[in-house]
Amino acid sequence: MSTPVTTLAAGSPKEPRPAERLLRLGPSIRIRVHRRSVTVGLALLVAIVAIGVVTLGTGDYPISVPDTIDTLLGGGTPIQHFIIDTLRLPRLLTGLLVGAALAVGGALFQSLSRNPLGSPDVVGFNSGAATGALIVLLVLHGSMAAVSLGAILGGVGTALAVYVLAMRRGVSGYRLILVGIGMAAMLESVNSYLLTRSDLNEAQSAAAWLVGSLNGRSWEQVRPVALALVLLLPAAVRVARDLTLLELGDDTARGLGVHAERTRLAAIVVGIGLSAVATASAGPIGFIALAAPQVARRLTRAQGPGVIPAALCGAMLLTASDLAAQRVFAPTQLPVGVATGVVGGLYLAWLLSREWKKGRG
Amino acid sequence: MSRLSTKGLTLGYDQRRIVDDLTLEIPDGSFTVIVGANGSGKSTLLRGLARLLAPQSGAVHLDGDEIHRLRSKEVARRLGLLPQGPTAPDGIVVADLVGRGRHPHVGLLRQWSDADQAAVDQAMAATGITDLRNRYVDELSGGQRQRVWIAMALAQQTSLLLLDEPTTYLDIAHQVDVLELCDELHEEHGRTLVVVLHDLTHACRYATHLVAMREGRIVAEGAPVDIVTAELVEEVFGLRCRVIADPETGTPLIVPARGRRARIGDPAAPQEAVG
Repeated sequence: MSTPVTTLAAGSPKEPRPAERLLRLGPSIRIRVHRRSVTVGLALLVAIVAIGVVTLGTGDYPISVPDTIDTLLGGGTPIQHFIIDTLRLPRLLTGLLVGAALAVGGALFQSLSRNPLGSPDVVGFNSGAATGALIVLLVLHGSMAAVSLGAILGGVGTALAVYVLAMRRGVSGYRLILVGIGMAAMLESVNSYLLTRSDLNEAQSAAAWLVGSLNGRSWEQVRPVALALVLLLPAAVRVARDLTLLELGDDTARGLGVHAERTRLAAIVVGIGLSAVATASAGPIGFIALAAPQVARRLTRAQGPGVIPAALCGAMLLTASDLAAQRVFAPTQLPVGVATGVVGGLYLAWLLSREWKKGRG
Repeated sequence: MSRLSTKGLTLGYDQRRIVDDLTLEIPDGSFTVIVGANGSGKSTLLRGLARLLAPQSGAVHLDGDEIHRLRSKEVARRLGLLPQGPTAPDGIVVADLVGRGRHPHVGLLRQWSDADQAAVDQAMAATGITDLRNRYVDELSGGQRQRVWIAMALAQQTSLLLLDEPTTYLDIAHQVDVLELCDELHEEHGRTLVVVLHDLTHACRYATHLVAMREGRIVAEGAPVDIVTAELVEEVFGLRCRVIADPETGTPLIVPARGRRARIGDPAAPQEAVG
């Protein structure tokens, strides 16, 4: 080879650049930013916009990209308005917000339990929400609003029970996961029992709810999730600062002035709040809470929960899954929960296998 | 009155008392080393001093205030701690890990400043890891990694520094390396150090103030030359030995006896609770 000198001059190839950089926003305001997180965040935003435009413009009544943008800005024909404003936009927004909420809930829980499996859907939240919803659907025969309420009560109740059972001189991540998995297994059998005891029609609609779907979502579903994110996202960003330090071990974090128990409790409350609202709007959509934070973390290679990249990644994965669920087998509309498993699972498997080949991970 | 002291301090987990009615003053500007057998309560005492463990009775005082009444960030600005076996997250770079030490000084309203960057740079220079700043922590050797953790505690810029068995799992050369670094921090930077050590000979070499513990109480404290005798080692560790002058430093050097007669029975105590 003729150019070995340049390789040497470029420095050791194993030497990474410092991951964080000072960003000066004025004479006195400086923030440390994580380089890759910013790049990845921007790329995810672009992907979300692209998915959004395709989602709004395609379907039984195709609308061109310029027309879609025109309609969003207030132009367009009445029929285009109806299709976009009433049918497609609320569904897209619900998907974005629910995806973000699920992912942030997952990110907080995974960081808290120091385990990639520690997302709310694995530690019993979704099973509990399903039990609550099934009791309302099959035993009390309540309305859809009542089903959402039942799901929230079931999920939050389960989370509280797991927290109390896992508590012993503070909560350790390990116990949280073990107790959660045990609780989930127990509730799953309750859920199966409820389903087998009900008549076929009811069981079918219950099964549909259990997969999670964005079908027919209107502005009524958008508002509560949007409100919850406005309130809980800043809280998540704040608690993530301390969670990042807790990943160094409790004693080290406490030596640096982190209030370990208070941080964990705050993370659980915020994480469960986000998961509850998301589940109430779209059913217990699986896999986003598990996969989105992991995908985001591997893309950014940052420390800590990485709330904002996780939120963007969740929004992207859920809207992409919904688009696929609507279009791939058209005119058959699959519930989005079916697609999230496939899309999120495949992507995560690909990322993991790539890391293992490189000998990291 | 020294900056860090305890009065009638009792520490334990649930019903078990590990440190019992202990009163201790850490002399300002000292290199204090706490020694004792496994289960003697030395690590528990250090955790109590660092506010990680609430007293069952008695109190720890920092600058005259009861440490448990102070806010945790307030304590972290005055007292640095390196616990046993800290865990580095996967894929973190040295400079970023050292930067975590600035946490008590930055907040939502007080963001990262030049002073923070300077503190991180100084901490890396003092521990000789400036050249490693962009390396992944998990690629480093045990000795280098320990330097990184010490640098993180240094970046906190506290004049009180507590280290829990900083030489564990290191080979002899790296043990000496870490202790020489501690000595430098004490001598040149005027910090007060409180260190838990296992090796009594090392403790005698570096400590200006030695605290020997057994069953949660202090058996003896003072300058190593004044207090370390064969009788003390026997009482504290249950080990027969000879104590001679270290040919290198003149400090006490412990030479254990051979054979079964060396042990005069386990100096009581269950396994030390750590964590």
